[in-house]
Amino acid sequence: MHLALKQPSVLPGFGLTLGFALFYFSLIVLIPLSGLFIKTSSLTWEQFWHTVTEPRALASYQLTFGASLLGALVNGFFGSVVAWVLVRYRFPGRSIVDALVDLPFALPTAVAGIALTAIYSSNGWIGRYLEPMGLKVAFTPLGVLVALTFIGLPFVVRTLQPVLQDLDREVEEAASTLGASRWQTIRAVIMPELWPALLTGVAMAFARSVGEYGSVIFIAGNMPLKSEITPLLIMTKLEQYDYAGATALGVVMLVVAFLLTLMVNLIQWWSSARHTVR
Amino acid sequence: MSIQVDHVTKRFGTFTVLDDVSLHVQTGELIALLGPSGCGKTTLLRILAGLERPDHGRILLHGDEVTERRITDRRVGFVFQHYALFRHMTVTENVAFGLSVLPHAQRPSPGQIQKKVHDLLSLVQLQAMADRYPNQLSGGQRQRVALARALAVEPKMLLLDEPFGALDTKVRKELRRWLRRLHDELHITSILVTHDQEEALEAADRIVVLNQGHIEQTGTPDEVYEHPATPFVYRFLGDVNVFHGRIAQDEIAHEAADRQHPAEAGSSDEHEVTFVRPHDLELSRSRTTTTQLEATVRFVITAGSRVRLELMSKDSPQTIEVELTKERYRELRLQQGDAVFVHPKQLQVFKMPGP
Amino acid sequence: MPTTFAAKAKNEEWNASLTSEGALVRWALIALALGYLTLFLFVPLAAVFAEALKNGLAGYFASFQDPDTLAAIRLTFLAASLAVPLNLIFGVAAAWAIAKFEFVGKQILITIIDIPLAVSPVISGLIYVLLFGAQGWLGPWLAEHDIKIIFALPGIVLATTFVTVPFIARELIPLMQSQGREEEEAALTLGASGWQTFTRVTLPNIKWSLLYGVILCNARAMGEFGAVSVVSGHIRGLTNTLPLHVEILYNEYNAVGAFAVASLLTLLAIVTLVVKTLIERKSAPSRATQDPEWRMQPGSPS
Repeated sequence: MHLALKQPSVLPGFGLTLGFALFYFSLIVLIPLSGLFIKTSSLTWEQFWHTVTEPRALASYQLTFGASLLGALVNGFFGSVVAWVLVRYRFPGRSIVDALVDLPFALPTAVAGIALTAIYSSNGWIGRYLEPMGLKVAFTPLGVLVALTFIGLPFVVRTLQPVLQDLDREVEEAASTLGASRWQTIRAVIMPELWPALLTGVAMAFARSVGEYGSVIFIAGNMPLKSEITPLLIMTKLEQYDYAGATALGVVMLVVAFLLTLMVNLIQWWSSARHTVR
Repeated sequence: MSIQVDHVTKRFGTFTVLDDVSLHVQTGELIALLGPSGCGKTTLLRILAGLERPDHGRILLHGDEVTERRITDRRVGFVFQHYALFRHMTVTENVAFGLSVLPHAQRPSPGQIQKKVHDLLSLVQLQAMADRYPNQLSGGQRQRVALARALAVEPKMLLLDEPFGALDTKVRKELRRWLRRLHDELHITSILVTHDQEEALEAADRIVVLNQGHIEQTGTPDEVYEHPATPFVYRFLGDVNVFHGRIAQDEIAHEAADRQHPAEAGSSDEHEVTFVRPHDLELSRSRTTTTQLEATVRFVITAGSRVRLELMSKDSPQTIEVELTKERYRELRLQQGDAVFVHPKQLQVFKMPGP
Repeated sequence: MPTTFAAKAKNEEWNASLTSEGALVRWALIALALGYLTLFLFVPLAAVFAEALKNGLAGYFASFQDPDTLAAIRLTFLAASLAVPLNLIFGVAAAWAIAKFEFVGKQILITIIDIPLAVSPVISGLIYVLLFGAQGWLGPWLAEHDIKIIFALPGIVLATTFVTVPFIARELIPLMQSQGREEEEAALTLGASGWQTFTRVTLPNIKWSLLYGVILCNARAMGEFGAVSVVSGHIRGLTNTLPLHVEILYNEYNAVGAFAVASLLTLLAIVTLVVKTLIERKSAPSRATQDPEWRMQPGSPS
C-alpha cells in the first residue's frame, strides 16, 4: 500500500484504513454492481436491445426522465428563490424553515409517497380543490411530477446556499457605486457566480429523481404505458422472474446514473478550475 | 545532546529541497536555520523531528543514528508555526498530553503530572490561563503553551518551526528575547527556523544560512553579518548597496578588502561587484580624497531612529541608500537636491559570474 | 462623539440599500419561497400526523399493538443496528485515509464513494438478488447449505448497508480534510501512539459530525424502502421492515394504521433534522451578518 503514497507518511494507519475501506467498498458495492453488468452480458445484443426498447420500456423512460427533468427544473427555479431568501433575508421562523428543507432527504420515501397521495387524491386537502377544476394529480403523470419535485427540493437549495453565503458583498457594492441598478448587478455580478452551483443542484436533483421509487409508486397510477416509471417496471419484471429483462433495464438506469454523476463532477471541476488564481 | 546531520538529501518529486546538507550542532547550542521561503529549512527541521524521511544521508543524535527511528521514539520537542494546540483540550490538558500518553510503567502519577504542568505554566508565565481553551488565548499566549507542551516531555532537543511567524512585530520581539532567556536557563539543544534575519541575529548562538537546499554559511551572528561568505548571505542579512566593479575607498578599508579578496587576474566570464551597507557609507559636502562617488540627494526620511537618504549617483544611473545617525544628519544639514560625496567605511568585494 | 442608536441604524439602512432589492421585492420573494415550501414541505408533513390521528389518540396508539407492526419495528431496528456500525467503521477508515494522506487515486475514491447515492434503490436490491437469489450466482450453493440471504434478514441488512454506505464518510471527509494533520503530528512528536492519537486528538475534533453522520445513516437505514422491497419477500411478521409495513397497511386500506407507523418514521426524520441544526449551531456559533459596522465611522464623509 505504501507504493500508492506520494511520499512515505509518518502518520500511522494508512495501509490499514485504506485497505479496509477498499475491501469493504468492493465487497458491498463494486462487486455486486459489476454482477449486474456481467449478468447482462449473458444476453445477446439483440435480446438486450429488444428488451430495453420495447414499447412499455420506452413509455417508462419518457415518464421517468421527463418528469425528473421537469421536476429538477421546477426545483431549479423555486429552489433558487428559497436559497436566496434563506441566505439574504431575516424573517421569523427562518431557522426552522432552513432546517426543514432537508426533510425530503431524511424522510423515508414510502412515507412521502402515502402523504402526497393522501393530499392530492380526490378528497385530499388539495386534491379536492383541483379535481373540480379538471386537474387530476393523484394516479396520473402529474402526480409523479409532484412526488419528484418533493424529492429533489433539497438539492438545489443546499447546493446554492454555501455559494450565496460566500458571495463577496463588496463586489455588489462596487457595482452599485459604478452606477449599476440592482437588477443589473444581480444579472452581471451575482448570477455568473451561481450558474455552476445551480447546474450542479439541478443535475443532482435530476439524478436522484430518475431512480426514485418509494415516493412515486403510491401517487402514480402505475398503469403500463401510461403512468409506469422505469424502476417499477424493473420491479415487475423481477416479480415475474424475468431476471434478464430486469437486469437489462437496470443497466440502462445505471449507465444514466453514472453519466449524471460524471457530469456533476465535471461541472464542479470546471467551475473550480475557472476560479483558480493563476 | 549534540546533533549531526550527515549529507542529507531530500527531494519532493523532481524538486530537490535539500542538497547534500551537513551540519553539526553542539549540546546546549541554540542555532538558527535562516533562509528565504523554499530554501529547505523547514524540511530539514522536520527530518530531524522524524516528520519526514531523507532520501539520502544520516541523522545522529548524540552519536546514535536515528534516521530510521520513529517520531515517537526520538524524544524531540517540536513547536509548530501555527501552534497545533489540541483545540478541544484546555491549556493544562494540552501541556500534560505528552506525559499522559507515556506507557504505564513510565507514566508519572496524576499528582506529579499536575505539579509538572503547574511548574511549566509558571515558567511560561501562563498560570492564570490553565483552564482556558486555545481559542480563548492570543497568538503569543498560544505559542507559549505550545512551548510548555513540548518541554513537558523533557526533550533532548527543541525544534521550533518559525514559531513567531504568525505574530505581530512587537509580540515577536518580546517572545524572541523571552525564548533566548529561557534557553539560557534550560540549556536544551535548540534549532530555530526563521526567515527573519533580525530574529536569527538576536536569538541564536550560531546561524546557518540556507539557500535553495544548501548551506551558504555557518557562523556566529557577528561572523555572518560582518564577514558574509557569499553575496546571498550579504543580501539576506541586511540592506545592501551594489556597485559594479571595484570602487576604491580610503586606504585602510582598501587594504582590508585586499587581504580578504586578493586581486586576481580577472577572467573574462567573471566581474567584480562591491557590496556596501547603507550605514557603512559616509557623506560629506566636499571631496576629501580623489576616490569618491558624487551623488545628489533625492529623498530624505527623518522619521525613525536613524535618518535614511536615497541618493542618485552622478557617475551611473544608480540609487544609493545611506543611513546616518541623527547627529551626523544635523551636522550636514542636507536637503533634497543637494550634492554630496560618498565614501564607504567598509565594503566587501565578490566575484560574480558573467562579463 | 459616539453615534446614537438611531443614527447607527440609519447608517446601516443606507449601507444595506446599496445592495438590496427594496422591501416590496423582498417580501414578494419571501412569500414566493414560503408558499413553495408550504406546498411541498409543510403540507405533506402535516398530512402524516393529521391522517394518523384521524381516529383520535386512542386509535393512534392502538395501531402499535398489532404484532406484525411490532415485528416490523424489531426487524427495522435489527437491520439498522447491523448496517450502521459497519458503515461507521468504513466511514472513519475512509475519511482517515483520505484526509491525512496523499495518494494516487484519492479523488477517484472520493467520487466513487458517492455511487450508492446515484443508484436507484430498486437496482440496489436487484444486484443482491442476482448474487444470492434462487437463480443467482450463489443461489444453488446457498440452497445446498440451507442458507437464506434473499427473503431473509441477511439480504435486508446487505441492501440497507449498500444504500447507506456513503453517509458517514461524506460527513467526515470534508471536515477532516479541513482540519489537516498538524494536531496529529504534534501528538506524535509528544510520544503518542497511532491509536492514542486517533482517540484523544482526532475523535474529539470530529465528534459532532460523526454523531450527525450516524444519526442520518440510521434514519436512512430505517426508512429504506425500494431496495429492501426487492430483497425482502414481504413476508408479514418475518421480513417486513417498517416502511414495507406502511405499504402493506396502506394497500389494505388501513390508512390510519399506515399513517400511524409512518408518523414514527417521520418523527425519526424530524429528530435527525433537529440534531443537524444543533450541530451546525455548535460548530459555527455566530452566522456573521453582513453589516460592515467598521466602515461608516461617525462623522466621516459619506
